[in-house]
Amino acid sequence: MAAVTLLKARRLSKSFGGVRAVQAVDFDLREGEIRAIIGPNGAGKTTFVDLLCGRIAANQGTVEFAGCDITALAVHRRVRLGIAYTFQITSIFANLTVLENIAIAAQNRLPERGGAPFDAIETLRRVGLGGQENRRAGALAYGHQRLLEAAMGLSLNPRLLIFDEPTQGLSDGEIQGFCDLLADANRSTTILLIEHNMPVVMKLARRITVFDRGRVLAEGAPRDIQDNAAVQAAYLGQ
Amino acid sequence: MKHRPAPPDLKAAALFVAVIAALFALQFVLPEYHRLSVTRIMVLAVFATGYNILFGYTGLLSLGHAMFFGAGLYTAGLCAYHLGWGVPAAFAGGVVAGALLALLVGCVALRTTGVSFMIVTLMFAQVAYLATLYFTAYTRGDEGLVLPQAARSFEWFGASVDLTDPATRYNLSLLLLVIALAAVWGVARSRTGRAMVAIRENEPRARMLGYNTFAVKLQALIISGALSAAAGAAYALLFAYIGSSFAAIQYSIDALLYTLLGGPGSVLGPVLGAFLMFYLVDVASQYTSAYLLVTGVALILLVLYFPRGILGTVKHRWLPWLP
Repeated sequence: MAAVTLLKARRLSKSFGGVRAVQAVDFDLREGEIRAIIGPNGAGKTTFVDLLCGRIAANQGTVEFAGCDITALAVHRRVRLGIAYTFQITSIFANLTVLENIAIAAQNRLPERGGAPFDAIETLRRVGLGGQENRRAGALAYGHQRLLEAAMGLSLNPRLLIFDEPTQGLSDGEIQGFCDLLADANRSTTILLIEHNMPVVMKLARRITVFDRGRVLAEGAPRDIQDNAAVQAAYLGQ
Repeated sequence: MKHRPAPPDLKAAALFVAVIAALFALQFVLPEYHRLSVTRIMVLAVFATGYNILFGYTGLLSLGHAMFFGAGLYTAGLCAYHLGWGVPAAFAGGVVAGALLALLVGCVALRTTGVSFMIVTLMFAQVAYLATLYFTAYTRGDEGLVLPQAARSFEWFGASVDLTDPATRYNLSLLLLVIALAAVWGVARSRTGRAMVAIRENEPRARMLGYNTFAVKLQALIISGALSAAAGAAYALLFAYIGSSFAAIQYSIDALLYTLLGGPGSVLGPVLGAFLMFYLVDVASQYTSAYLLVTGVALILLVLYFPRGILGTVKHRWLPWLP
């Protein structure tokens, strides 16, 4: 069975002044996969996903999502097409209740693709925030705030869910829970995550893309990446 | 049977009805001077209610709302004075003018945020104020215009409405306030209202959740401008006088102050704020000519120590169902 390409980037480039953060990157993401992007600090990972979700505009190149050219689309239009993004630094509506946070997200939810109709309480229970719906979001523990962010992303019913370092700052137990959540979410959505925690990457990702100095250094199954000499050199400075 | 507390909306609705009933009843007990004061306060409360949509719900602090109040006031007043428009047409014209001005100003000013937005709105309002002086041939500037007798009454579905009658003015002013409150309550509970609150709380996040934040902010400004202009038009037509001072910065500050005092982001906050502030200044002006000092000190104290305002604090501490 031929896999459907959900997202396709071609020669995508972005410079900040003289710094070429992303250089002519070609990237394909298949529907239903979990892809991890890894790479040393400053490799251009965050800039690259920012280009995909439209937070910044590309200097060159194109992005296609589900067959549409979205290169020129504003952020909110891309979200409405089904690209959900969670920030690297926790970004929630701190003064509103947990349930209000979900309601704001769910208002722009994509129509159901089969399955049960949306249920905010059920979504919260699913991410492990059951019973917290009337608490002020800012009063939640840090780990729970990250879970709320994930729940907001899920409430959009996205076709592609992008996470930028979702497990940063979480305890081991919370990381385990988060991995289970992503695996569960993957039943209905494609996932792209930037992640530094290698055990998480190895456990979740079907494929890994390695960035270095604004380019794709390697791409492949976790095992191949682990054995790749160039990746080891970039990462370990060998 | 298990006792269930009334759903929040029912309590909120009951509160609205109680407030409106109290305001209606007030006219039968108030002496003439205070009945006129309350008539003015209710119109100013409509203005603050409009301001609240932008500041309280959407989180945009404008320092130029006098231009929308002035747009309603002058459009209604000038059309009645120079063109002989009837009261309903002049009022409608004022509201439309406010909405259009908000659209134009919004397209420019909403490209900025925070302090820049305050300054840009302040500048636009200053231009509007100076325009009322510049076109003194039509407006008579500071001296102003008294509306002709023809604009003091109108026919409404066969009934004659006399705007020189204090009771009529009081009840029209109350009617306008009820409409404005219903509008704000409706907006606050709508999808647009939820988007406005999302922008107030965290605009980048709202954008990343699929909201066209510019369009939502422009909508908020247009609703806000139209309500402010409705207050201005009503002020012109009820009290038969238009002058430049109504478009001056002090009216922008007053709208902000009423909203801050009563509670930004609560439906009834600006109404309470308008009542308290109006009477505070009224009482202070009996003792000192420096009554503007009261306004200034109140503003500083509110911003520093009491940013939620009265109803905002009550809602936060005790009554989360408060609309």
